Amino acid sequence: MAKVTLENLAHTYFNRADGAAEWAVKRVNLEWADGGAFALLGPSGCGKTTLLNIMSGLVHPTHGRILFGERDVTGLSPEERNIAQVFQFPVVYDTMSVYDNIAFPLRNRGMAESEIATRVAEIAELTELTPMLKQRAAGLTADGKQKISLARGLVRPDVNLVMFDEPLTVIDPHLKWVLRSKLRELHQRVGTTMIYVTHDQTEALTFADQVVVMNAGEVVQIGTPVELFERPQHTFVGHFIGSPGMNVLPTEIDNGKAVFAGLPVEVANPLSGSADGKLELGVRPEFVSFGTDGIPATITSVADAGRYRIVDTQASGHRIKLLVDEGEAIPAQDTYLRFDPGQTRLYRDGWLATEGVAR
Amino acid sequence: MNKTINNRAWFLVIPVVALVAFNALIPLMTVVNYSVQETFGNNEFFWSGVTWFEQVLRDDRFHGALGRQLFFTGTILLIEVPLGIAIALTMPKKGPWVSVCLVLMALPLLIPWNVVGAMWNIMALPDIGLLGHTLNELGIDYNYTRQPVSAWVTLIAMDVWHWTSLVVLLSYAGLVSIPEAYFQAAKIDGAKSWAVFRYIQLPKMKRVLTIAILLRFMDSFMIYTEPSVLTGGGPGNSTTLLSIDLVKTALGQFDLGPAAATSLVYFLIVLLVSWVFYTLMMRNEES
Repeated sequence: MAKVTLENLAHTYFNRADGAAEWAVKRVNLEWADGGAFALLGPSGCGKTTLLNIMSGLVHPTHGRILFGERDVTGLSPEERNIAQVFQFPVVYDTMSVYDNIAFPLRNRGMAESEIATRVAEIAELTELTPMLKQRAAGLTADGKQKISLARGLVRPDVNLVMFDEPLTVIDPHLKWVLRSKLRELHQRVGTTMIYVTHDQTEALTFADQVVVMNAGEVVQIGTPVELFERPQHTFVGHFIGSPGMNVLPTEIDNGKAVFAGLPVEVANPLSGSADGKLELGVRPEFVSFGTDGIPATITSVADAGRYRIVDTQASGHRIKLLVDEGEAIPAQDTYLRFDPGQTRLYRDGWLATEGVAR
Repeated sequence: MNKTINNRAWFLVIPVVALVAFNALIPLMTVVNYSVQETFGNNEFFWSGVTWFEQVLRDDRFHGALGRQLFFTGTILLIEVPLGIAIALTMPKKGPWVSVCLVLMALPLLIPWNVVGAMWNIMALPDIGLLGHTLNELGIDYNYTRQPVSAWVTLIAMDVWHWTSLVVLLSYAGLVSIPEAYFQAAKIDGAKSWAVFRYIQLPKMKRVLTIAILLRFMDSFMIYTEPSVLTGGGPGNSTTLLSIDLVKTALGQFDLGPAAATSLVYFLIVLLVSWVFYTLMMRNEES
């Protein structure tokens, strides 16, 4: 086990990589601490699976290096890297029994049968596969097959890294939750570094201690679930995480103050220097409230979401959503909106506009 | 229980009944008709019961033809299936060469059967044929019109040339449909190429291979045109397969009764073997 470092990683599936749009992964620098539970979150096609395959060695990066600890593994095969990967669709060897499936990686490495038997028994216990060891793997349900995939990964001694590529895609909804908490528990017991790739924020936020959000081949933010929610580094993170996503509104700087709808808005990160680039305000619906003065707005719709209601408003031609707790009154159609100054942020070209801090 | 009986519904199955009747039942029943009667000229028929069947089943000539047929089918299956899989495994999975390979593979399948027979007949002629002449020049005594062994080798080579492509194309279809994740998982598990073949490719090809073997069994068991053009069943009776023997009886000697009985036995063998084979493969699938 070791920490995993990605250095200046970039990958393209096309040979002529002159246009930036062709990069599946562009300049990623990342460090996965040893023993952590991580999630790699992003929309479909953002490059997360490519990044995962680069780490497992199935894809050789166009640029950059991968280090396991201090060792450069960029040129090594998946087998030599000693990693495990669970794929989106369960991969089991149909003709083998569950036992033989789990034993397969060990047999390929020429381990003695007696030693294999102890390892398999141990891992089967951990993944709750013991009662099914003698069954044919093909006869198991999708979640059982995913457990076999996982067990095949964990059975090898000293696995450096376990990676999950959207492993719950084919699992029945009522089992998703069970299997997810099982994975979490398993992580605590075995302590191996685990990386969980998904486009589902619930899965990412419940599994991981640290979430890496990717968009269009770039890492946009790394942080704990709370950080991602409270302090999005990029408007994309604001949109993508949270339901409904962050309100992003165009703004201008006038006299050092952000202005929306002709009114100054207090922000948590006031700009002192230049005001170049496309400036935007970001505020989550949770931090917008009704007031007796402020930004004039018109309520267009109210949707009940159980413990709270999602209110849609229009203010100077822009849509602003806010969350209103159950029982709290919603004013008549025309009203005023207030943004929580501590939770309203200024973004420049999508990124959090904070001078002096490298993104 | 009050069940509505609506006999008009039966009208709906008339088209299918008619189709099956014209397509299979009526032709088959004429054969059954011949097989249980003694036929004379002027359309005179006499009931003979199962005599023809008894005669055919005890006939050494039938036994010989059946034996040669089984040997032929067995041999070509043993060659074509492994060879077909091997070729399919070496074919590229993507890129411009895919279509080239597919076209090359499909070519033999597009040649009419009697043309294949004629091609090989001429090519294997010991004096002027490219193959026959070359073999004799190399010092191999080869003459398919006189030596049974030469005739058999030529016959089997011709069938392998003509039909291995079918196994290749079916296997290839099975191979390319295996999701990439299986190969990736195998790589991560450290599987060698033999293990990948044994535990991933072969099991995933099982369905298409079942079809390939079944098709090749039925086609080769009923083969007529190519050997008929190539050797005509000779030298002697050495390459007289069941169908050639049947045609000789029916059209050469005009023995309609024995020919009809042979046809039915022939048909039942094909049906039985196909059924047994299919059932075994499917049972295997379920367990």
